[in-house]
Amino acid sequence: MNERIFGVFSFIIACGYIYVASLTQLSFISDPVGPKTFPYIVGSIFAISSLFLIFKPEFDPKWPSLYKFLEIIFVTIILIVYAYSLPVVGFVISTLIATFILSWRLGAKTTEAFIFSVVVSFGIYFLFRTILGLSLAKGIWGF
Amino acid sequence: METINFLLDGFDVAFTVQNITLALIGCFLGTIFGALPGLGPANGVAILIPISFSLGLDAASSMILLASVYYGAMYGGRISSILINIPGDEPALMTTLDGYPMTLKGRAGEALTLTGISSFFGAIVATIGLMFLAPQLVKIALLFGPAEYFALFVMAFATLGGVSSNNKAKTVLASMLGLAVSTIGVDGQTGVPRLSFGNVHFYDGIDFLIVIVGMFAVSEIFIFIENKNTKSTKNKKNLIINKILPKLSVIIKIIPTMIRSSFLGFFAGVLPGAGASLGSFIAYTIEKKISNKNDTFGKGDERGVAAPEAGNNAAAGGALVPMLSLGVPGSGTTAVLLAMLMTMNITPGPLLFKNNPDVVWGLIAALFFANFILLILNIPMVKIFTKILLLPPKFLMPIVAMISFVGIYGISGSSFDLLLMIFFGLLGWLLRKLDIPLVPVIMGSILGNLMETNLRRALTISDGNWAYLFQSKVAIIIWIITIVGFVLPLIIGKRIKSQIDKLKSKN
Repeated sequence: MNERIFGVFSFIIACGYIYVASLTQLSFISDPVGPKTFPYIVGSIFAISSLFLIFKPEFDPKWPSLYKFLEIIFVTIILIVYAYSLPVVGFVISTLIATFILSWRLGAKTTEAFIFSVVVSFGIYFLFRTILGLSLAKGIWGF
Repeated sequence: METINFLLDGFDVAFTVQNITLALIGCFLGTIFGALPGLGPANGVAILIPISFSLGLDAASSMILLASVYYGAMYGGRISSILINIPGDEPALMTTLDGYPMTLKGRAGEALTLTGISSFFGAIVATIGLMFLAPQLVKIALLFGPAEYFALFVMAFATLGGVSSNNKAKTVLASMLGLAVSTIGVDGQTGVPRLSFGNVHFYDGIDFLIVIVGMFAVSEIFIFIENKNTKSTKNKKNLIINKILPKLSVIIKIIPTMIRSSFLGFFAGVLPGAGASLGSFIAYTIEKKISNKNDTFGKGDERGVAAPEAGNNAAAGGALVPMLSLGVPGSGTTAVLLAMLMTMNITPGPLLFKNNPDVVWGLIAALFFANFILLILNIPMVKIFTKILLLPPKFLMPIVAMISFVGIYGISGSSFDLLLMIFFGLLGWLLRKLDIPLVPVIMGSILGNLMETNLRRALTISDGNWAYLFQSKVAIIIWIITIVGFVLPLIIGKRIKSQIDKLKSKN
């Protein structure tokens, strides 16, 4: 994807944004400007600047190889699963697993990654929960 | 005299056990964030905001913690510039030009000490400048009404990136993206849901802390995943430092440099849209013009490391002036600091000085104190931080990720917010690949609501007459600066950019 294609995308998003803003229901109290004007201004400038990217691209981005790209998607999925597992299995277990996978994907050996993930999840739990008293995700078992 | 009294009150606020501890922790973490390539002041502050918020720290204490991180990162950035020729953060780029050649000559320890001293000097000049200039600017700001404030916000966006920004279309696009994000949620003035797609999660709007942490911390993880194995780990042998103390004659030699560069840096920092990178750039180029008589610059001249470091530290302090006194940030990190204040329901600007003098003066007092801590951390104890440079990304990045998650989850306890954070992380990665700056997006999401509120207030006063925005003298001056600040880089920006590239490639 080069700048031009991104410009097309962001132009469509800008138009969609203006359209959705135009659907805003007005209430009986209103000021002279109303809730739609500011989004209209923002959306219009958004669309115009996208046109500049379409018609005057200057930069050729370097994209990662397909393998690296798949890896980024994999890590994204891990992070999403982590976000949803926090309230279910709790902070310690989900962080342990997520840290293990992340450091392993970044090139740590299995045993290295395991020791590291134990240190990180218990370390953060101890530092933030026990010392600083921050509320971490509890999960069904309470930790 | 009045200022001195305020400052003494400030020291009362800063000198509690809690605040001194926070300043110590902040300086230490800040130096680490600065020293690690890939992480800078904005990332450091971004990761710590949600945590200081969840910890329930008051505004003065949070500000002390985060500003110490900010100053610390400015000190720390030079370490990797000098030792491994990779700038720890953007403003430290100019320090590589003479710093690395000094290392190659076996003078790494001296370079670190000299830059430590110049950083200290620059930061102290800037903190004194902040102390005297900010209250003056506040007096001007008292004349501002909604129309002037709206113009001021437009100016902040138009001048972003300073004179070296190359592609204005991208900056504008990024700003609008951020402003668009800020309009999501229930409209504050009429109470109608707007752009929320009927999703309850969006009714409160998107918390800008989520945007900030996503863009500045999570996107960093994707960049590291992409670059793993390809990053060069050479140069690590340079991490051994021998002699630390330079000769007294060398220190005397750099004193005029430090003075010049600190003042230049400070003013570069105060200017809208400039920030620390411009400060170090201007300081280095001017110092080179003045002192490069025997063609020693770029080959390990002491003045060539002192100038950018005094410049960027002074600019960092200077950038706090418009942020605190007008509520308009000029750089990424000050935007993030502003976000922190707004999360605490404190609006920077004239009212901050009137209603929360403890925050302002406590912060200034803490900055003086933090500089002394940083001087100690960065000269006698600098070896600790060179060890941290050896920490590989495979261990560093998971820690950054987990702390980001802890922080955002701590605010709301909602998995949906974490999902949004990941989304903004991916978006940030995409934008960075396309060379679209992230700072305008962040600023848009932080300032959008204030900007719209001021616009609508102005038009309520004028009963819908748009010409009102351009009526007062103050407003007209701001609009003129806005136009000049927007157009000027288009004319001279290319030249400055090519000059920077030339300096970079020479190295």
